Amino acid sequence: MCLGIPGEIIEILHDKPDLAMVDVSGVRRAINIGLLEDDPPVPGDWILIHVGFALSKIDEGEAKAALEFLEGIGQAYADEIAALLESSID
Amino acid sequence: MRYVDEFRDAEKARALSARIASLCEPGRHYKFMEVCGGHTHTIYKHGLEDYLPETIELVHGPGCPVCVIPMGRVDDSIYIARQPDVLMTSFGDMMRVPGGNGSFFDSNAEGTNIKMVYSPLDSLKIARQNPDQRVVFMAIGFETTAPSTAMTILRAAAEGLENFSVFCNHVTIIPAIKAILDSPDLRLDGFIGPGHVSTVIGCRPYEFITTDYHKPIVVAGFEPLDILQSIYMLMLQLSEGRCEVENQYSRVVPWDGNLVALKAITETMELRPYFEWRGLGFISQSAMQVKEKYARFDAERIFNMPGLRVADPKACQCGEVLKGVLKPWECKVFGTACTPETPIGTCMVSPEGACAAYYNFGRFTRQRVKEATAVATTEASKV
Ligand code: SF4
Repeated sequence: MCLGIPGEIIEILHDKPDLAMVDVSGVRRAINIGLLEDDPPVPGDWILIHVGFALSKIDEGEAKAALEFLEGIGQAYADEIAALLESSID
Repeated sequence: MRYVDEFRDAEKARALSARIASLCEPGRHYKFMEVCGGHTHTIYKHGLEDYLPETIELVHGPGCPVCVIPMGRVDDSIYIARQPDVLMTSFGDMMRVPGGNGSFFDSNAEGTNIKMVYSPLDSLKIARQNPDQRVVFMAIGFETTAPSTAMTILRAAAEGLENFSVFCNHVTIIPAIKAILDSPDLRLDGFIGPGHVSTVIGCRPYEFITTDYHKPIVVAGFEPLDILQSIYMLMLQLSEGRCEVENQYSRVVPWDGNLVALKAITETMELRPYFEWRGLGFISQSAMQVKEKYARFDAERIFNMPGLRVADPKACQCGEVLKGVLKPWECKVFGTACTPETPIGTCMVSPEGACAAYYNFGRFTRQRVKEATAVATTEASKV
């Protein structure tokens, strides 16, 4: 829950401006980007996701390193990803 | 299992480790607390203690939100779940946390409907799809997750949902750090500050640690190298006689935090006069409750829960572990009666809990400590 997962913004959903399609480990999910409203992300930006919300922007290099690290964490990360895949925010 | 020496940055880790060793004053013992459970996890997972001289000790702090929920709040959740037409939702980490009369899983076996969700927004969606059910989200977490709950309440209000509420158990990190600093049991030399909490609150709230308690704090990222670098920064401050708030994780943590997130929290929640923390007891102004303005989304106002205080099991020493006074393996039931499969205390449930992290990864650490310190010292002499 507190780990945070990095993802890459693919598309901002214009009919629902606080949602974005985000690529997380090769899977696309809708993520709420309302907390970044002061500095809205655009496609190609990387974000750190906590429980369905983007909490901060991160630079791409950092995001990839974090992802690699989290994949190495094993079960805790697998559980976090599995939980995210169960989720369907809209 | 992978350790730092198989990690891509083993060279850098050794170099950092050598520099840290070179800053140690002979005869001095250093104690740093990593406040956040995510850091505890990284430290054990990668055997980081192997990379530190024996005179530097890491103690684990209270920053695991699952671990600090007192049993009474679990029981209250189950009470709510038993009310007619209630569908309770909660993060997966909470499902196995033992209450006075068993966990959410145990309660479901007896007929309640407590569902795991990934996000409070999932819970909101369930409420929309099930208008005849009263959907409650059991919210836990520090400032990292509080904004998500706040945004969800705002969303529910905007949609005019009438069957959604939040059982708010959000806690705040600063009073917990203060309680630790005021506790006579522990003498600390500095703090490894929580990374993701700080993306929300920023670095300023830690300033009292340097001004009032004269201890350094370095906000740190979650990679093994982040943590080693933060320890190096702490050691550097101590050796130069400085004590400041520094931000090792500036690539993610803005100094001022996330203002939108803070605004959402203040709009929907306010500090409680006091809240009970498992192991730490009652701490004043240490948790959030839903504001009157959003009363119709507040499960505590909707359901008249008993709010009983339940004493922790006798065998459980989670309190000492959360305060950093005991190491997980020093608890009498660690690894015997208390395991991740059959947890007695909360620290064994969440992957961010010190006991679970140590159980899963740390048991092999100590035998390697000597060897690695020998390597670190040899390298230090080369610098
Ligand atoms: S071993 Fe179990 S009972 Fe002991 S401190 Fe850890 S979680 Fe608590």
